[in-house]
Amino acid sequence: MNNALRVQIGTALVLLLLALLIGLLAALSYSFPALGALVSFKHLRPAHVSAALFWIITGATVGVVHYRGEVWRSSTPSPYHKAFVLLWIVAVVAILFAYAGGRFGGREYWEFPPVIGLLILAAWVLLLVDHLRAWVRRTPEPPLYVWMWTTGVFFFLLTFIEQNLWQIDWFRQTYVREITVQWRSNGAMVGAWNQMIYGTALYLMTRISGDDALARGPKVFLFWFLGLANLMFNWGHHIYNVPTAAWIRHVAYGISMLEWIFFINIIRGFKAKLGEYGRHKKGITYRFLVSAELWVFLNLFLALLMSIPAVNRYTHGTHITVAHAMGTTIGINTMILLGSFTYMLGMDREERGKRWLGVGLRIALFGLGAFWLALLIAGAIKGWRTTALGITDHQRVMRPVNAVLEYFVASGAVLALGLGIVAVVLLNRLLGSWRRHQACLHQEDQANWK
Amino acid sequence: MWKRYVLAGLVVAYAFGTWSAYRGEHDAPVADALVFEGMATWQAQNCVACHQLFGLGGYLGPDLTNVISDAGDARVRTFVKYGSGRMPAHPMSAEELDGLVAFLAWVDATGTSRVPEHAVHWTGTYVLDP
Repeated sequence: MNNALRVQIGTALVLLLLALLIGLLAALSYSFPALGALVSFKHLRPAHVSAALFWIITGATVGVVHYRGEVWRSSTPSPYHKAFVLLWIVAVVAILFAYAGGRFGGREYWEFPPVIGLLILAAWVLLLVDHLRAWVRRTPEPPLYVWMWTTGVFFFLLTFIEQNLWQIDWFRQTYVREITVQWRSNGAMVGAWNQMIYGTALYLMTRISGDDALARGPKVFLFWFLGLANLMFNWGHHIYNVPTAAWIRHVAYGISMLEWIFFINIIRGFKAKLGEYGRHKKGITYRFLVSAELWVFLNLFLALLMSIPAVNRYTHGTHITVAHAMGTTIGINTMILLGSFTYMLGMDREERGKRWLGVGLRIALFGLGAFWLALLIAGAIKGWRTTALGITDHQRVMRPVNAVLEYFVASGAVLALGLGIVAVVLLNRLLGSWRRHQACLHQEDQANWK
Repeated sequence: MWKRYVLAGLVVAYAFGTWSAYRGEHDAPVADALVFEGMATWQAQNCVACHQLFGLGGYLGPDLTNVISDAGDARVRTFVKYGSGRMPAHPMSAEELDGLVAFLAWVDATGTSRVPEHAVHWTGTYVLDP
């Protein structure tokens, strides 16, 4: 592992810790309005969301760059990669400072002044160039995970540019066009980082099982195409209630329903998975990956229901949407990324750290389960009161919901504790690996002098 | 080889979908300069951290899609200037407030955030008036 990659992993883990800390503060400011007067929710929410998003995206790029190096047998960082890491860190720091100074100006989830987006754009172009150079030189018949990393890197750039089209007046001439472009890009961008992260999960599964056939053959590619079609066309479920062209709604509904195929496939493979679990359950990386699979199952079922417009009428704009987002970003993305980091840092060979990771994982899963259920219950109450009972007054709608949200805050604290333990253990190991690397360099220098 | 054909087919469909989605088929009201100013204020004040439009945004405050037709612009102006309950006061110039109200009125004229029961088709999808 080279130093540029170490810095990238360290940045990702620090962002995860920041997301947990700011998330806790935001939850407390929600529960205790007196605290909210000191640190405003308007500042905390975007800082929490950006730290979480950048943890996921940075972690996804770590997987692409590191495992690509393993596949193509190259561990030397290119100047493109080093420049990417540098620009990326400058962009993240600039965003957090902008929020702290109360300077907003973007869209939901990307609420920083749009000029900072230029840094992200430049960084990503470098990452894409670096990736394509390696692709062209080394891959005659790539396995599926290489396709997934490549489409992920490419679509992130495409959707990031699309997300910024609102700065041209024509794209916000009508609110229908404005919201369509915004949610089309946001929805597809989630698909883009999922491609990178699921590619990493697939790569790790081939390494753990020693079976490269998992990433080759027509069936796995057919499923990938189905996933890609979802990335491209199912974004319409975000805006079912907006009077867009009807085809957007119908196509999104139709494509979403194809996901039942994934769901049935998961159930069909369940018995085989149990056998696999018996063989690999002592490996910490495998335990993180299996946890992610459990959340894929739960979240896919929820997503399938929410994608039916008649059901979406009750869930849209409620905490059920947040449950879905948290299940995906924490249960699936974060679990895979943490599993990937444990593999990179060789945690299976380090007994004490591995034990603490196991403790952190169990606490995080318990916290996440409670957190997810609380959001589902809160969302169900809100959806029922607004849609079935037709209550329009926000305070009245929220009265019974607020009691459930206290339980949500408590479970969030447990979740943060579990993930915090995992992140600290990994950071500690990363620091140790850097120190050992520096000591080796020092010894080499001394040997050269002699 | 078949993989390349499927991939190419998806990319072509995506490009066509992009063009159709951007072009749109709707008669929503067109924004003027005041609406654009109001949109800039909405973004600069980060209203989306707490409020939703068409069910998209934060969860602390109410959805504001149809706040102008439900509450009237005078009430909106009072809420923004002086705050209410958990909502802090947002001091801003008269021009900024005019822009913000124009922006919310523009959003309001686009449609309703809640889908009426009669718009739900038996197949589970919606049939909305464009």
